[in-house]
Amino acid sequence: MTENKGKVVSINGNLVSVEFDGNVSMNEICYVLVGDTVLKSEVIRIKGNVAQVQVYEMTDGIKCGDEVEFTGDMLSADLGPGLLGQIYDGLQNPLPVLAEQAGWFLERGIYADGLDTEKKWEFTPTANVGDIVRAGEYIGTVPEGPFTHKIFIPFYLLGSYTIKSIADKGEYTIKETIAIIADERGREISVSMSFKWPVKRAVKCYTERLAPVETMETKVRLIDSFFPVAKGGTYCTPGPFGAGKTVLQHTTSKYADVDIVIIAACGERAGEVVETLTEFPELTDPKTGRSLMERTIIICNTSSMPVASREASVYTAVTLAEYYRQMGLHVLMLADSTSRWAQAMREMSGRLEEIPGEEAFPAYLESYIAAFYERAGYVRLPDGSNGSVTIGGTVSPAGGNFEEPVTQATLKVVGAFHGLSRERSDARKYPAIDPLISWSKYNSVIDNAKLEFCKSILHHGDEIGSMMKVVGEEGTTLQDYITYLKSEMLDAVYLQQNSFDLVEANCGEMRQRYVTDKLVYILGSSYAVQSKDDAHSFFNRMRQKFIDWNYTEFESEAFAKAESEIDELYRKGNGKLSAPAEKLLKDGE
Amino acid sequence: MNKVYNRIESITGNVITVRANGVQYKELAQINTRFGKSLAQVNKIEGDIVSLQVFAGGQGISTGDEVRFLGHEMRVSFSEDLLGRIFNGSGEPRDKGPALTDNMKPIDGPSVNPTKRILANRMMRTNIPMIDMFNTLVVSQKLPIFSISGEPYNQLLARIAMQAEADVIVLGGMGLKYDDFLYFKDALSKGGALSKTVMFVHTASDPTVECMMIPDMVLAVAEQFALQNKDVLVLLTDMTNFADAMKEIAITQEQVPSNRGYPGDLYSQLASRYEKAVDFADSGSVTVLAVTTMPGDDVTHPVPDNTGYITEGQYYLKGGRIEPFGSLSRLKQNVNGKTRKDHRALMDAMIRLYSSYKETLEKKNMGFSMSRWDEKLLKYGELFESKLMSLSVNLPLEAALDLGWDILADCFQKDETGIKSDLIDEFWPED
Repeated sequence: MTENKGKVVSINGNLVSVEFDGNVSMNEICYVLVGDTVLKSEVIRIKGNVAQVQVYEMTDGIKCGDEVEFTGDMLSADLGPGLLGQIYDGLQNPLPVLAEQAGWFLERGIYADGLDTEKKWEFTPTANVGDIVRAGEYIGTVPEGPFTHKIFIPFYLLGSYTIKSIADKGEYTIKETIAIIADERGREISVSMSFKWPVKRAVKCYTERLAPVETMETKVRLIDSFFPVAKGGTYCTPGPFGAGKTVLQHTTSKYADVDIVIIAACGERAGEVVETLTEFPELTDPKTGRSLMERTIIICNTSSMPVASREASVYTAVTLAEYYRQMGLHVLMLADSTSRWAQAMREMSGRLEEIPGEEAFPAYLESYIAAFYERAGYVRLPDGSNGSVTIGGTVSPAGGNFEEPVTQATLKVVGAFHGLSRERSDARKYPAIDPLISWSKYNSVIDNAKLEFCKSILHHGDEIGSMMKVVGEEGTTLQDYITYLKSEMLDAVYLQQNSFDLVEANCGEMRQRYVTDKLVYILGSSYAVQSKDDAHSFFNRMRQKFIDWNYTEFESEAFAKAESEIDELYRKGNGKLSAPAEKLLKDGE
Repeated sequence: MNKVYNRIESITGNVITVRANGVQYKELAQINTRFGKSLAQVNKIEGDIVSLQVFAGGQGISTGDEVRFLGHEMRVSFSEDLLGRIFNGSGEPRDKGPALTDNMKPIDGPSVNPTKRILANRMMRTNIPMIDMFNTLVVSQKLPIFSISGEPYNQLLARIAMQAEADVIVLGGMGLKYDDFLYFKDALSKGGALSKTVMFVHTASDPTVECMMIPDMVLAVAEQFALQNKDVLVLLTDMTNFADAMKEIAITQEQVPSNRGYPGDLYSQLASRYEKAVDFADSGSVTVLAVTTMPGDDVTHPVPDNTGYITEGQYYLKGGRIEPFGSLSRLKQNVNGKTRKDHRALMDAMIRLYSSYKETLEKKNMGFSMSRWDEKLLKYGELFESKLMSLSVNLPLEAALDLGWDILADCFQKDETGIKSDLIDEFWPED
């Protein structure tokens, strides 16, 4: 804490200029004193002896001459045991604690510790006196919910340190000293179970960053098979309003095959957060059998909360993700929506009177978006284990037009693109990811050749479909018509998925492979149908059987029965497997 | 302790600047011009240069006019006395009643702590079948009515105000035509709803700055009623005028516009108003219905587009009817499973059949011959439009559901409806 003080000289919205003596650093946190309340702010520009600060609260009532205290610290997150299951605002204030202090409303100037400082944790030392340690290496553990929470040498300590003393196994609060370490010159530092880390800096205490090759199962067929996401990878989900971005993220946060999920509700509806808050504690995590809330952290800065802390919220979220990655865990961070975050930057940029770029977004929009997504990654940690942060962001393009700057800047840096389309959502085809425009650079859970086969049916079917709109059914050959029906069936039974049915929504990797094989078999066969009406009714029945099959528990009796019904229908239709499909199925084995 | 200044440094549009010290951001001031008094609000301070936006507009202000700072922000009086009254954007009476100055509450207050909200799960009945039956309005929902100029959106709002199951109605008019203002006053007093209504009205000829104050005044009052355990319905018309007022002020103040001239914070500004819709744990609620006219019937225009991202669905008012396609209440699932067991199934079936009717209608217009099934659909479509969709229909939900079954039975065989057999057995009307 420095003794540096300043005085307000101008106010424009949430941008306040402060005259100061002494030294002030960029992105330093300061507090504006208004009567009895202090308003947290961040320095975003310095010119001579005037610092321009963005205030994280409403600025009503500030006067010229009001005092400002500089802290010398950057905006930081508290890291330590007790983060899981929390609901924070963008500045890591726990919302339930604020509710206890202030009641219904988020009164400004009320801040609370991000972590419970009273609670005792069962600490077990894992390092010994005399061990040499570095930042990001752990010296002990505490149990936190289903996880073993590692206690680290703070990430900000440079160089190597010798452990002088370490606490015995026992119960401690996060503020108590649990170890004393000495640097190379013998200067001693005491370490507790928590420390602060500036949210806008990436944590880099890993040995090596690895390529994201392991698929992160989301249990959504269209994603895992067609447009997969890798652990440590990045993906974005742009779509117009009402296309189901939030529902898709909600489903992902429930079923994704990761250890921890961090949800950043950034500038979206409060009602959606309430839904998560009501629903998650009731649901069980299939991996641990415990409440889903125990693996979740919610950072919630909804649209009516101050815009500057909205900008901070995604950074707070990704910092917590990096912290848990350091423990060798796989973390998924979901940001809904990155457009609101970009708009927060635009608002500040406008107040700073910067020269605007496209659609008045600041010129640095692209580099900020790139830097944010680059914080994802699959890494090898100092102890040899691996951890990952996967980032998925929704984008809300104005007018649903993907040409706009935020979507375009995001597409440049992500590894997978799940474009939602209005046509699909209007036709109630969920998830409304458009298979014709989406792409992914990661590995699918199904064999590549089979995937290509399915995709070619989709593309071919789409071509025939658009042709049929012009020439009508009469003008289409029977063969083309059958291809069209096959693509429609593929769409209906595999791409579309009911996220509200427990079995259907949770479609694992094994099942996806199994079902794809069946699909390749059926779609790669020719049938003895004489007319379009025959074909239509045959594929209708096949589709119905397949949908029934989707709703049965994998490898259950009902599953086998539903499958045998499909086989029977296949025989009735005189299905003949084509040579390429046969080869495909053989090679895949 | 009020500070008084007698020198105005500059006047640009509705914004004036004075040299003053110790002024608070967002503080109110009173300006005495030769046309009378007006309020003004501080919206920028640079050293001792203070910018104020004058509620009554810049016209006729002289550099020598007196500016008196009041030492507080914009506030609104709150008490039961508000009911039945009409105010303007400055909070002054528009009717013949006395000015209210008791229990002043700040407007544009902080947002509700999300952990203090509860999941929306109560239906708000309006007795309009296209709402109750097909896109149920839920207590604490925020829904815009997307429409275009010339559509009867104000008539629809007035009907909702008279029929909705709410304890208090707070109506905000922005850029309202004077005729529409009179219509609201008339309709509400004839309908007997005036006594539970508070109106804040800015008409098209009133100063722009006052237009911007309306939603905040309305929502501040609504929130206070909600905290007194009342279910409040807020009706706003028209939010596009509000956005245009913001645009006008932003451009006068030389802000960099982002999209079609609108300021970059349009989303945040709209969201901070709409997000006042809330169902408080252990207290009342605020439900918001806001007309948003779409310039050129273009839903990608910045105002409806940003609104769509904020609200929980939308009603499309087109051709004098609430369109079943395009209209969506995102929260209807939370309530329509609890009303009557045939509600969801009947709703789905009727919409599906109506969509088939539309296809058939297209075929008919193109001159194709009509099959017997087509004829049935045509009959159904006409009945559906006249008996359920028309805005003049006024039916409680249960009666509307019964009517729905009657229409189906009138047009189709049981198995043509695609409704589960057990529901058909229970609800299919006997002759």
